[in-house]
Amino acid sequence: MRDTNHRRPLRRRRGAAVLAAATGLAVLTGCGAADMTRQSSPYAAAEDARTVTLSVQSWVGAQANTAVAAYLLEHELGYRVDTVQVDEVPAWDALSQGRVDAILEDWGHPEQEKRYVEGKKTITRGGDLGVTGHIGWFVPTYFAEAHPDVTDWKNLDKYADRLRTPESRGKGQLLDGSPSYITNDKALVKNLDLDYEVVFAGSEAAQITQIKQFAKERKPFLTYWYEPQWLFERVPMTEVKLPEYTEGCADDPEKVACAYPHTPLQKYLNTRFAQSGGEAADFLKKFHWTKAQQNEVSLMIAEEKLSPQQAAKKWVERNEDVWKPWLT
Amino acid sequence: MTATPTPAQAGSRAVVPAQTRKSAARPAGPASARTAPAAQDRPRRGLRGPAAGRAFLLPTGIALVLLIPLAAAFPGDGSWPAALSVDLSGPLGRAGDWIIDHRDSHPLFLHFFGHVSNAVVVAVRAVYVLLLAAGWTGVTALAALVACRLAGIRLALTCAAAFAACGLLGMWVPTMQTLALMVVAVAASVVLGALLGLAAGLSPRADRLLRPVLDTMQILPAFAYLLPMVLVFGIGVPAAVLATVVYAAPPMARLTALGLREADAGVMEAAASLGATGRQRLLTARLPLARPQLLLGVNQAIMTGLSMAVIASVIGAGGLGDRVYQALASVDVGAALAAGIPIVLLAVVLDRTADAAGRRLGAAPVPLSEQHLLRRVFAGWYGRLLTLLAAVAVAVVGRMAGTTAWPGSWTLSLAEPVNSAVAWMTDHLYSGVPVIGGTADWAARFTGWILDPLRGGLQAAPWWLLLLAAGALALLAGTWRTALTAVLALAAVGVLGVWEASLDTLSQVLAAVAVTLVAGFAIAVGAARSARAERLLRPVLDVCQTLPQFVYLIPVVALFGVGRAPAAAAAIVYALPAVVRITVQGLREVDPAVVESARSLGATRGQLLRQVQLPLARPALLLAVNQAVVLVLAVVIIGGLVGGGALGYDVVLGLAQGDLATGLVAGAAIVCLGLLLDRLTQPAKEA
Repeated sequence: MRDTNHRRPLRRRRGAAVLAAATGLAVLTGCGAADMTRQSSPYAAAEDARTVTLSVQSWVGAQANTAVAAYLLEHELGYRVDTVQVDEVPAWDALSQGRVDAILEDWGHPEQEKRYVEGKKTITRGGDLGVTGHIGWFVPTYFAEAHPDVTDWKNLDKYADRLRTPESRGKGQLLDGSPSYITNDKALVKNLDLDYEVVFAGSEAAQITQIKQFAKERKPFLTYWYEPQWLFERVPMTEVKLPEYTEGCADDPEKVACAYPHTPLQKYLNTRFAQSGGEAADFLKKFHWTKAQQNEVSLMIAEEKLSPQQAAKKWVERNEDVWKPWLT
Repeated sequence: MTATPTPAQAGSRAVVPAQTRKSAARPAGPASARTAPAAQDRPRRGLRGPAAGRAFLLPTGIALVLLIPLAAAFPGDGSWPAALSVDLSGPLGRAGDWIIDHRDSHPLFLHFFGHVSNAVVVAVRAVYVLLLAAGWTGVTALAALVACRLAGIRLALTCAAAFAACGLLGMWVPTMQTLALMVVAVAASVVLGALLGLAAGLSPRADRLLRPVLDTMQILPAFAYLLPMVLVFGIGVPAAVLATVVYAAPPMARLTALGLREADAGVMEAAASLGATGRQRLLTARLPLARPQLLLGVNQAIMTGLSMAVIASVIGAGGLGDRVYQALASVDVGAALAAGIPIVLLAVVLDRTADAAGRRLGAAPVPLSEQHLLRRVFAGWYGRLLTLLAAVAVAVVGRMAGTTAWPGSWTLSLAEPVNSAVAWMTDHLYSGVPVIGGTADWAARFTGWILDPLRGGLQAAPWWLLLLAAGALALLAGTWRTALTAVLALAAVGVLGVWEASLDTLSQVLAAVAVTLVAGFAIAVGAARSARAERLLRPVLDVCQTLPQFVYLIPVVALFGVGRAPAAAAAIVYALPAVVRITVQGLREVDPAVVESARSLGATRGQLLRQVQLPLARPALLLAVNQAVVLVLAVVIIGGLVGGGALGYDVVLGLAQGDLATGLVAGAAIVCLGLLLDRLTQPAKEA
């Protein structure tokens, strides 16, 4: 009791001080507008460095791009690089807000492109990455060799029985990955009238783990997969031919009945960064490599379990002639 | 009596984010379930309970027998009628687009959310810069000195070792990022929670208003409300901090309110008769009396906040959570573990320190002697100054030695041995294990024999039958009010148009809860018998509970394959510790005199357990069931990441595609399911 009585005047004074501070803060900030879209990460530039924030998507190929770009930015140009892992669509949003400065590998998002690049003009195209991406349906090569006709979609129903799993509701299982990936598989199965059920693994990590487990047992499976991807080096897979892709055949997501296109992967930069990002922006615009080069780094990360930084270091040391032009 | 945690209870509470969050924060039931004397106050209730239940069961059974043929007669009624559902995808989609288009121009964003977001960024940056400036020497020294002041040399050594381990694992900078985020988020939740709790504790009307809101927030899986945060604030730290605040503030609010309401009437009367004004009474009597609850609230806010740190990495929180998440993308369990361990260590250190602070302050209002009090006050100021000075000195020494960042050569790689261990495990257990079969076979059987029939049954059952069943079960568990909530919650799921998916999720929850309870009770009965078994078990339970679920989601896939089985397995791993703990505690607190007298009457061990211990521990068992249900639901949702499908998949899809219509509807359905399950398993309420 005595103790608290003694402290009371102090408390009152402290209360008044807090009130004054709060009012002051409100006056200071309340009048001005605060644009959230021009805010950077609190961890960025913590030590007065020039900073670039790159978005890493969850797949390893994207990690390889980012690791090499980050390594060169840090060691050749003297930037500090932060990376944030974000899914594809939210990454566009983050790019538009300037939370990240660049996406290095985009697989085509026409809707977002229209909204941000053409509409709000907050995102600028950064040119080709140099790698061509392709999505498709794949079976393991050991299965395709034993049953060559499985590689045509028309024969898939014959094998539905062998591809059944507890999750596929009595049909064959078509294993899909993360819900963030571009996929028409549900519509495809319906429109091609296949005896298959699309089972979403929910994340790429889960999908890869499952594929590896199947491969270890030499079991057949059918999966949504994409190139370039390091897993092909470990589990050779053969593509199943779908009805040929023609321009515009995938425009209506409900009526799709054709294969996925070959997409030249694109880079995108935040507009403000592209204009005033100096050397870093120039470098990222020039960053351009091949599928084989990307896979080399991806494999080091995913299979040799090197950290992305170590993998990038190794690759950079061996390939000076490739990256020198990006810096000029 | 106020529920002052005894050391033993506080100890068992240590590092139990979710369990204590729920149990400690729910006012009536658990408080009485925990403290032995209170439990003895109403053994009659405990014994009458099952009898009353049996009396109810008979009519329900008859009703079911009558209803099932009726259901068979209308087979077409399986799913929810389309006429009774509302399609929200149009308006929600438009709302999402509107937010994105106006985020940088509308005054609401510029003048309100913008400032909120700015304040968060500025605060987190300030803490982060301070932590970096202090360097690893300064931070470690400060943590150790504070711990030493509060609890003595042992905790100090633990603190220093924990921070050193974070550095050794090569995680110093991410740990500091997470710590900075946590400091801001926890401070904000404590302030917000205390204010709400103050309102609820002082005014019954505010309490009535806040109670259902807080109730709902307690059962809401964190994953469900990331999406709205992202939409408004964008990917990044502000959204992560605010999501953490929303998650961590309710326990603080509940405990504050509980502490204020439980204030000793005699003391209050004495204060009033001495002529104290209302304000004086609050400041000098009520708040000091509520100190133990307030501190427990802070502790809870810390633990819930940390458990959110990883989940928030999905929306770009950075720090340790992001490292876990990135490592998993390349299926690198070892690296994920290396980032997960610092989270566990932070949790242990913060929890033990807050606990020690709680015990110190909790003991303060009743000084044993004048000298004791003097020493406390004196040591308070002096010691605090000394602590700070010493930490600054160490930090300066560290800076002069040129090591602010953790030296790069002092790191250990954990990834390789862990990865090879995991690889060995998945190679050898997946299939072809003699007699019991491999884990893949178990998964197939669990899916085929339990999950599928359960899901099929639920989805084929007419919707009105399910509503009736929910109502009847809720009536058994509580009052007509409970029943009404349960029925409305289930109906809301149908109205939202996600009936099938919700029943799928429900079937997974039920199956996982059943396994959790069977395994949990079995382990608990064993552990309650021998102190040594419990001692051995405790660290395992601690780790299971604080280790981010993301770390073991992927190895679980390697064992059980993609699908609902791994989701259920992860949920069981997560919920089991809480069930074991609560049950052990319940069995322990059974009055030894009653046990002794039963034994002297010649009861065998089995009889003792069945007829004395379990019935007397009934409140604790009910609480365990309730906990299991809520925790399992939370992880089954995260199971959307490993093929759990249903609502979890919808939430993941919503987040991944920024699709408000899918994500928000699924989130709302999860809330409804949570409400339903919580009401059906609510531990016996005061009538």
